[in-house]
Amino acid sequence: MSFNSTLAFGIAALLCCSDSATAAEFGRPATAEEIKAWNIDVAPDGTGLPDGQGDVARGRQVFEDNCSACHGAKGEGGFADRLAGGRGSLATDHPVKTVGSFWPYATTLFDYVRRAMPYPAPQTLSDDDTYAVVAYILNLNDIVPADAVLDRSSLPRVKMPNRDGLVPDREFSVITNSRQHQGRKP
Amino acid sequence: MRSPAQNGGRRLTRRGLLGGAAGLAGAAAGGSVKADSLLDVPPRGPGAPLSATSERSRYVHLARTPESTPGMRPVDPSVAINSKAPIDKLVGSITPTDLHYERSHSGVPDIDPAQHRLLVHGMVKQQLVFSMDDLRAMPTLSRVAFLECTGNGWENWKTASPDVTVQNTHGLISTNEWTGVPLSYVIDLIGVDPRSTWMLAEGGDGSAVARSIPLTDEIIAEGILAYGQNGEPLRPAHGFPLRLFLPGFEGNLNIKWLRRLKFGDRPFMTRWETARYTQLQADGHARQFQLRQDVNSVITSPSGMMQIRPGYNRITGLAWSGHGRIDRVEISTDGAKSWREAQLAGPKLPKAQTRFQADWVWDGKPTKIVSRSTDDKKQVQPDRAAFIARTGTNALFHYNAQQTWAIDQDGKVRNVLQ
Repeated sequence: MSFNSTLAFGIAALLCCSDSATAAEFGRPATAEEIKAWNIDVAPDGTGLPDGQGDVARGRQVFEDNCSACHGAKGEGGFADRLAGGRGSLATDHPVKTVGSFWPYATTLFDYVRRAMPYPAPQTLSDDDTYAVVAYILNLNDIVPADAVLDRSSLPRVKMPNRDGLVPDREFSVITNSRQHQGRKP
Repeated sequence: MRSPAQNGGRRLTRRGLLGGAAGLAGAAAGGSVKADSLLDVPPRGPGAPLSATSERSRYVHLARTPESTPGMRPVDPSVAINSKAPIDKLVGSITPTDLHYERSHSGVPDIDPAQHRLLVHGMVKQQLVFSMDDLRAMPTLSRVAFLECTGNGWENWKTASPDVTVQNTHGLISTNEWTGVPLSYVIDLIGVDPRSTWMLAEGGDGSAVARSIPLTDEIIAEGILAYGQNGEPLRPAHGFPLRLFLPGFEGNLNIKWLRRLKFGDRPFMTRWETARYTQLQADGHARQFQLRQDVNSVITSPSGMMQIRPGYNRITGLAWSGHGRIDRVEISTDGAKSWREAQLAGPKLPKAQTRFQADWVWDGKPTKIVSRSTDDKKQVQPDRAAFIARTGTNALFHYNAQQTWAIDQDGKVRNVLQ
């Protein structure tokens, strides 16, 4: 450890042990309203999904209005990534990684569309339209039927074709640290 | 091995300038008039006025290369996804701030630091909002470390274009000094639940890039909420006003324009850690959370598209490892048949680029030059055949096979697979 970092940790230790230095001196409590506005991630079990719903037909319209210019009319790709097809290609010399062939969680598609798309105006689609366009992209990949309606209950239950295709690196498959043992008797 | 000093200053200063310093000669493209006699050196005189900021010499031309996908360069910066550092023209081990490689997923946001906020929440005692003033008032540390895009080396997965430079093959790595608040300090300050094992870090860019960070002892101890880079506030391209910095870990984990840390007990499975930065293996499975940058090295001179002359040439390059300190670099000048140890020029810092050099007299016959590095955890940079046998050619990211440069009978240096 360098001198500088040793010094910094020394200062940190001093501050932590002094009752005058509390978290209140740095920052302020976040309000529930603030956390709700910024807490946009969606977990594979559906945690974080909003109310609302969308179907494939509405999703097709949302896609044509917001997505097809870059991703192609049927998600075949263009200026931006291909979204459909590619099943069975992952072990070949020319793998085609799409939502249908590669993405392991449907919830991640909702998360990504909501946080990052459409590229020129992210976080502008309504929750209903986000569910709808996710339904349309999944339908393009033959993962949900044409009459599918997705919401916070049905989306996490969608089984993606490559659900078991990712293998965690050995080093980070189980995370442990010495903080987990704090407060426990040795 | 003999050090350059032991070889005698005359050879290094005179012949080195003529034949060996191809990188520097390439950088100083404006100097066309020779000064073979001291009498030809221009006389002294009053210079230009002093200035508020120092510009580079007009004889030095350094720039990054924007790229949109492997082999697509240079491109209009509006469609670039990364911009590669000119490591063929750099010396030492620190990258000038304006030449630090860049990878941005949705352009470079224009953020007023007075309006920037960091939200820390999830499995914590206190869910807090910090301003930049709050963060700058906290204890600070600085560390020199490399940052490397996980796509560095992606030129050579399947084929080797003979017409590329080392800037093209390996320009997605840089080394800077990073300054900020120790991650461990913030974790203690907000009272992170000891059961929390993963932290979501999210940026303030248009795509809100978000990655799950495993809370290992190493990451807790070494992580920095960085606001400084080489002694000044971060440049916007590198995350102004705040970024996460995790020495040794793949570039995209080092979230730029950082505005949210959420503590949980499992990975969050964002797009970047499922669909993007996972490495497809030959059997069709993808390796996920391969987060550490492996031991690596490359000869930067002579390197791709340079031209050398028979006789003395100084070989130099850079080595680095996300595991720790570089212990040893070996070079081969006969296509990996025989190896000898290169000299490591200081500083030799853990998880930072280390400069190496070696003397070489080229006999004028076609050959291949290669480097391989070993770190203090005994990780050895693999040769291409072993690396591809293990990984396949579809992984796209985390390429760290030995780089081979072929030299033809005319002294032209070309990129080859091995």
